Amino acid sequence: MVLAVNIGLEIHCQLTALRSKLFCSCHSDYRGKKPNNNVCPICSGLPGSLPLLNQRAIELAGMVSLALGCTVPDKIRFYRKNYFYPDLPKNFQLSQYNFYGISSIGVDGKLDYTGSKKTFIRRVQLEEDPGRLIYETGTSDTNFYTLIDYNRAGVALIEIVTEPDFTDPRDVRIFLNKISSIIEHLGICDTKLEGSVRCDANVSIEGKKKVEIKNVNSFKEVEKALTYEITRQKTMSIHDIEIKAETRHWDDLRKITKQARTKEEEQDYRYFPEPDIPTIVLGNEFVSSLKVNMPELPEERKVRFVTDYKLSEHVAQVLIDNKEISDFFEVSVKIYSSPKEIANWIVTDLMGFIDDSEQKGSIFSGLKIEAKHVADLARLVDQNIINRSTAKTILKQIIKTGEMPSQLVANINASKIDDAGVIAEAVESIFVREKSAVIDAKTNPNVANFLLGKVMQLTKGKADPKIALNLITTKLTESN
Amino acid sequence: MANLCHLDSRQITLGIKNGDFSAEEYVSQILERIEKIDGKINAFITVDKEGALEKARLIDRKIRNGEQNIGPLAGVTVGIKDNICTSGLKTTCASKILEDYVPPYDATAVRRLKESDAIIMGKLNLDEFAMGSTTEYSKNGPTHNPWNIDYVAGGSSGGSAASVAALECAISLGSDTGGSIRCPASFCSVVGLKPTYGSVSRYGLVSYANSLEQIGPIGKTVSDVVMVMNAIAGKDNRDHTTLELVPKYTLNPTKKNIRVGLVKELVEGAEPEISKCIYSAMDLFSSLDFKCEETSMNSIEYSLSSYYTIAMAEASSNLARYDNIRYGFDLSPDGYEWNMYFSKVRSNFGQEVKRRIIIGSYVLSAGYYGKYYLKAQKVRSLLKRELKSLFEKYDILIAPTMPLLPFKFGDKIEDPLKMYLIDIDTVIANLSGIPAITVPAGFSNDLPIGLQIMANELQEQTMLDAALIFESATNNIQRSPDL
Repeated sequence: MVLAVNIGLEIHCQLTALRSKLFCSCHSDYRGKKPNNNVCPICSGLPGSLPLLNQRAIELAGMVSLALGCTVPDKIRFYRKNYFYPDLPKNFQLSQYNFYGISSIGVDGKLDYTGSKKTFIRRVQLEEDPGRLIYETGTSDTNFYTLIDYNRAGVALIEIVTEPDFTDPRDVRIFLNKISSIIEHLGICDTKLEGSVRCDANVSIEGKKKVEIKNVNSFKEVEKALTYEITRQKTMSIHDIEIKAETRHWDDLRKITKQARTKEEEQDYRYFPEPDIPTIVLGNEFVSSLKVNMPELPEERKVRFVTDYKLSEHVAQVLIDNKEISDFFEVSVKIYSSPKEIANWIVTDLMGFIDDSEQKGSIFSGLKIEAKHVADLARLVDQNIINRSTAKTILKQIIKTGEMPSQLVANINASKIDDAGVIAEAVESIFVREKSAVIDAKTNPNVANFLLGKVMQLTKGKADPKIALNLITTKLTESN
Repeated sequence: MANLCHLDSRQITLGIKNGDFSAEEYVSQILERIEKIDGKINAFITVDKEGALEKARLIDRKIRNGEQNIGPLAGVTVGIKDNICTSGLKTTCASKILEDYVPPYDATAVRRLKESDAIIMGKLNLDEFAMGSTTEYSKNGPTHNPWNIDYVAGGSSGGSAASVAALECAISLGSDTGGSIRCPASFCSVVGLKPTYGSVSRYGLVSYANSLEQIGPIGKTVSDVVMVMNAIAGKDNRDHTTLELVPKYTLNPTKKNIRVGLVKELVEGAEPEISKCIYSAMDLFSSLDFKCEETSMNSIEYSLSSYYTIAMAEASSNLARYDNIRYGFDLSPDGYEWNMYFSKVRSNFGQEVKRRIIIGSYVLSAGYYGKYYLKAQKVRSLLKRELKSLFEKYDILIAPTMPLLPFKFGDKIEDPLKMYLIDIDTVIANLSGIPAITVPAGFSNDLPIGLQIMANELQEQTMLDAALIFESATNNIQRSPDL
């Protein structure tokens, strides 16, 4: 039985490119700091403090909105979202809301992904991150006490809300990769920092009740969480068990969704406009000046790769899906201008060694290879100095060692044994050792290759195989 | 040595700069005065004796050394309403919830007063979180009216007005959300000014209703409040709602033939003695060649409901942060689930604060937002439009500050609606953001009456001109009673 699935996403992304928080001058980089040391009267919600808007955050959020095809309105406002939670210093969150003619920084966007598929973006909004709850004694279910660290409180977030357009968790993964690449290209968020991107999802089947999945702390886990949740709901549906509208948390360790401990019923957030921040008039210039100053987007880069470098659509797509890889490619091309050859080496060979399952750090971390190596390798192949299969072997090695391919080739050549006398000695001793093989050779022509292998083994691969094979065949003919 | 407590700000600064007396001598007299009479008045919550004396000595030293950088408020003693943050000095909002709270920073207005060499004497009583009109809702007990200690001093800045009338400080800062400066100033026969919204920074003012309130001065004379305004007003980078403005208020009325509109509905709605007093104020202005006439304001009918709806809505959100996690009072969270702990903590708010949080949450809730909060905002726009057209015809509007005379403790507290009604004359200025001042206008049964003067946005100078002219034409009106 095929059941219709609808998936919508709420993606949170920290604006890590900002130096300070959204409403105060505390550092936006809270990671690794002593707890509750990256706070001030504003972000800790002390009585009498007032929010001071980080203007740069508006620009970054505006860029994201434009990149996602959203309309950016002439004026925006901040709203208070009122709810009690210990990680929220003011017990309200400054956020945005589309309400009575005022909208958030971006509305009604659209993003195409994998060919003909597209997802509509309901809105892009700016808001502040809460603090962090720390359960030293275990999980939120088993703790005796909870510690609160407000260092993160007030860090600027953008929230991207999609329409429930997805029907397949695999599409969600592709979409999220695309979002990742866009925010990386815009340079607004270092997606590799822990917790810098988070995703909540809502899932319903056959138009039944909507289930929210929270606590998914990496894009990679979203697909797994959704697949699990869809299976759960389908199973319930088949057995005529009612699906409740509820919030479920993704359990990262057990890879299941589970009901939130406290029942989060339909909350009334009592939104109202923040009186301490007057309406922000963006003006006509805002969008046009953003467009002028906006970094190249993945789609634009892809077109450039196809036109300027004559790459195929497919290869260009694979490259731009990850900013680090496309940067790597372009650095290589700058060193040695052979875009197609370099792109092929990256896409068909190097990609297999890249492990992007880890959220932290560069995807090249652990690999010794650099752009200059690939450029060098491409040159060696282009100039017929080495053949492709040798190049592949060399690639494997430099990934581990970081040696320069041309140096490596030079070393191999230097140590090559081309002295026929030395090789003849080796052939001689193999013929003595492998007597039965030599006899077989009279009826089986493949034995020559077997013997060559043995010679190469003996000379530790240094013998020139052409000379060796020559000697072997001559010797076999002689012995006949 | 002569009694220095009755001096106004200008006289104090002059006296100290001329060497007639030292700041320390003057502050010592003020401290003695506080010690002697504050038991009766209950204006102060905290007296900063050491801090005040230290600052006085610093000023004296600067003068002895012939330094040039003597501030314009040198030596002037100031009391600060206890909902305005003072670095290192408790700021309690007269609430159990903040009874031990010591802010790590100064409100911008306080910082600017300090930079002007004013001397902070301490923190003044108020209704809890500035919610009230009589200062009866204070955790520290009510402030007594210096003119008759069985009567309320008005509120919520009761301590700020009573301390000035009782000569416990020369000037004070109050905050005015719906009349909280003007009401007690009127009840205590002193001058109180609510500035144009955005002309004084709210940074460090513990928010009650952000879109309505302003910090403002209370003093014995118009000159007092002008001097304070020149020190505290102006753009502050810590408050987005402040306006680009460089304060240069003067004491030399230049504007001739000021056009005066008397707001009929407000005068008619007041007690007869008060109406009579306001009509004679109009006669006085007429005799001074002001062009006076009666005028009408239709939106007054809805202003009070609009005011309380907006104020309570904002309050319900502003006061959510008091959960005792980061600061507060002594209450161990041991054994509580956090929701239970929040409830336990927040049961410590006073009755009136709880009432306003509950009503405010209600008017913002889904399904009621449009019916209440949004409608209140529409009334607000209506009122602004009406005032805009009125100020095309008039330079100032006059009305009573309070529709009634000061009353006895307990008279209104049983009935919140009755209590809310007494703000009818003052909320107009808060809803519309315009400036308003109250000046002593006379007495009835030995209880003070205040004349309220309102002007258009940022037209403080015209308003002050009228107030100065009125003040000098009525110089027999007493500012401080014998105590």
